[in-house]
Amino acid sequence: MTEIVNKAASLPPNRPRLGLWAWARANLFSSWYNGALTLTFAYIAWLVIPGLVKWGFVNASLNGDAAACRAAGGACWSFIAEKWRFILFGTFPDDQQWRPTLAILATIATLVISADRRTWGRPLLFIWGGGLGFAALMMFGGVLEMDFVPTGLWGGLPLTLALSVVGLGASFPLGVLLALGRTSELPVMRGLSVVYIELVRGVPLISILFMASVMLPLFLPQDVPIDKLLRALIGITLFSAAYVAEVVRGGLQAIPRGQVEASKALGLGYWQRQRLIILPQALALVIPPLVNSFIAIFKDTSLVIIIGLLDLLSTAKSALTDPAWRGFYKEAYLFVGVIYFLFCYALSRYSRHLETVLGRGRKR
Amino acid sequence: MQSFDGRAKADAAPRAHHLTLSINNPTVRAILWQIGLGLLVALAGWYLASNTMANLARLSIASGFGFLDREAGVQIGESLIATGPRDSYGDIFVVGLLNTLKVSGVGIVLATLLGILLGIARLSSNWLVARLAAFYVETIRNIPLLLQLFIWYALLTEGLPGPRQALEPMPGIFLSNRGLKLPAPADDPVWAWVAVLFALGVLVTLALSAWNRKRQLATGQRLPMAPIGAALTLLPPLLAVLLAGGGALDVPVLQGFNFKGGMTLSPEFAALLFGLTLYTAAFIAEIVRSGILAVPKGQTEAATALGLSRGTAMRLVILPQALRVIIPPTTSQFLNLTKNSSLAVAIGYPDFVAVANTAINQTGQAVEGVLSIMIVYLVISLALSGFMNWYNRRVALVER
Repeated sequence: MTEIVNKAASLPPNRPRLGLWAWARANLFSSWYNGALTLTFAYIAWLVIPGLVKWGFVNASLNGDAAACRAAGGACWSFIAEKWRFILFGTFPDDQQWRPTLAILATIATLVISADRRTWGRPLLFIWGGGLGFAALMMFGGVLEMDFVPTGLWGGLPLTLALSVVGLGASFPLGVLLALGRTSELPVMRGLSVVYIELVRGVPLISILFMASVMLPLFLPQDVPIDKLLRALIGITLFSAAYVAEVVRGGLQAIPRGQVEASKALGLGYWQRQRLIILPQALALVIPPLVNSFIAIFKDTSLVIIIGLLDLLSTAKSALTDPAWRGFYKEAYLFVGVIYFLFCYALSRYSRHLETVLGRGRKR
Repeated sequence: MQSFDGRAKADAAPRAHHLTLSINNPTVRAILWQIGLGLLVALAGWYLASNTMANLARLSIASGFGFLDREAGVQIGESLIATGPRDSYGDIFVVGLLNTLKVSGVGIVLATLLGILLGIARLSSNWLVARLAAFYVETIRNIPLLLQLFIWYALLTEGLPGPRQALEPMPGIFLSNRGLKLPAPADDPVWAWVAVLFALGVLVTLALSAWNRKRQLATGQRLPMAPIGAALTLLPPLLAVLLAGGGALDVPVLQGFNFKGGMTLSPEFAALLFGLTLYTAAFIAEIVRSGILAVPKGQTEAATALGLSRGTAMRLVILPQALRVIIPPTTSQFLNLTKNSSLAVAIGYPDFVAVANTAINQTGQAVEGVLSIMIVYLVISLALSGFMNWYNRRVALVER
């Protein structure tokens, strides 16, 4: 007995697994196939990365015209330097471009402030009203000695933001109503909601946008003019309302039945019940998936290029048609790709963060 | 106190309000609400329809689906069936529908394979592999699909040399701005043999795996069926093709300014296929990853304790359980891919939406055009989700 104890005690201590080499052994070369995989990917990186660095930095031209760019052979950042105003702001008058800049900043500030949970509730309405109202004022102008700029001249990032933020804002109440309709006990409400939601979710956004752009003018009396941006907004709102409705329905179904019964027992009517008891709980549950819906809408707004609106992607595409700067599509697409990525990645990180924070109270 | 008594009395009385036709009766109110909403929707529909009629009459646009029989006067560049310049709108609609089905079908298969691979790679114990997969998924998911399609299309047209300087990554395969040229099966009797040999290989493999299963139950030993089956089904046809020599394949050759012979993947199709596959694969990877993570760790440990290797444990223990979590969200990804294939119109691939859009522009019959787009996609969506629900029921947990 003592023999064994002594033997165990005399074993050398475990070697500390620290340092770069130990980390590499554990994480890169733990078995023969892991080693082979690591080497293969390292080799591919060895082949690809120097070329990319050469293209993006070493041989890149920061100024000079297209011919100088072609001679250098690398990325033509001077193309972006030349076109960034057009790509970001579209055809907004050149000397007025501080206005869309302020509008973008106001929209981003609104989004950032409303990301803070302390503002949730009534203040949020004022924040959104104020922030977006200011952004709209900047874009339209027409007061305070600012020239009026019709929506036909809007373009670039402000247009993309307007389509997605207003699209989500407008589709939210419609989506909540549809979700309530779908979970309602009244067959007519339920039937109409189900038909609408499934119909819209079954067809691509393009067909809804086509409908909004070619059929909306047919639907309305001849003397009601309806501008292109508004048509796209209506299409995006009708489309995303169906998706928002499904997200909200998930939240509604997660509320225990006892909550409905208890509020009925208190003598609350249907709308009082929804407003005071059910929706506050259900909506709090679905905020992370709603942020994901917003990401989807933000990416989907790029489709308006097909109905001829000049959003961030289509300004990049039309910048490429300048005969003096042919063929620098990599630079242009990289530029707008990074902008889209920054917005979507920040939002998706935020959604994941919310999921953990909000889940904390529910998890045991 | 008084009021409480009053209520108690009212409730104690027989449920008279079910019989009265009062506005305070919940049943009556429910019916009134529904009639009201129904009327409102019908009224809105009638208003829109009457406006549309008036506008169509004013613009003298015909209505109805009669235009389907009229000659379209356009030639679709890419088709699975024979086309001609005298095709009717109905014919080119069929061509567009087949093109949609082609790109969605191939895309779904490829995206599933790549997605599973990436999902597993993200959970790899190899740091580099896991990081690369995570980087891929995060980048692709956060950039609009349309932008990715534009990038692929530009790379495949402007980024590649002309036919005369075509890249030849493998003998007989040419990559140029006219698309990807591949050797195609030529009109040769050897292909009948190939089909026969392949069928024989499948039959032998099925018989062998049945025998193998029996043997494993009896003795505990089993043959590695995956490589054996692959060899049995693929090697004999390959040998036949090799023995037949050059006549079996129609290899593209450069003639003048373009290639002759062989099979072509047009840049439009290739860009759409790449874009859809890579984009959807990133979403499927996330679904696969969360599905695998949803299987309790005890299952892996139990499989290891039984002596199963990592690969076998994944195939026999983890994936079958993960599939139950994976299938429903993957179904909606398949539907998304099919719907996203409508972005083809932006890069000039003649899918159904592109063809219908042409018809709308030529005939002005927007209502019918948009309506047929919606009907086609609804039917595809319903068929696909019906199939996936059937498959889901098959793998679903059978409770005692």
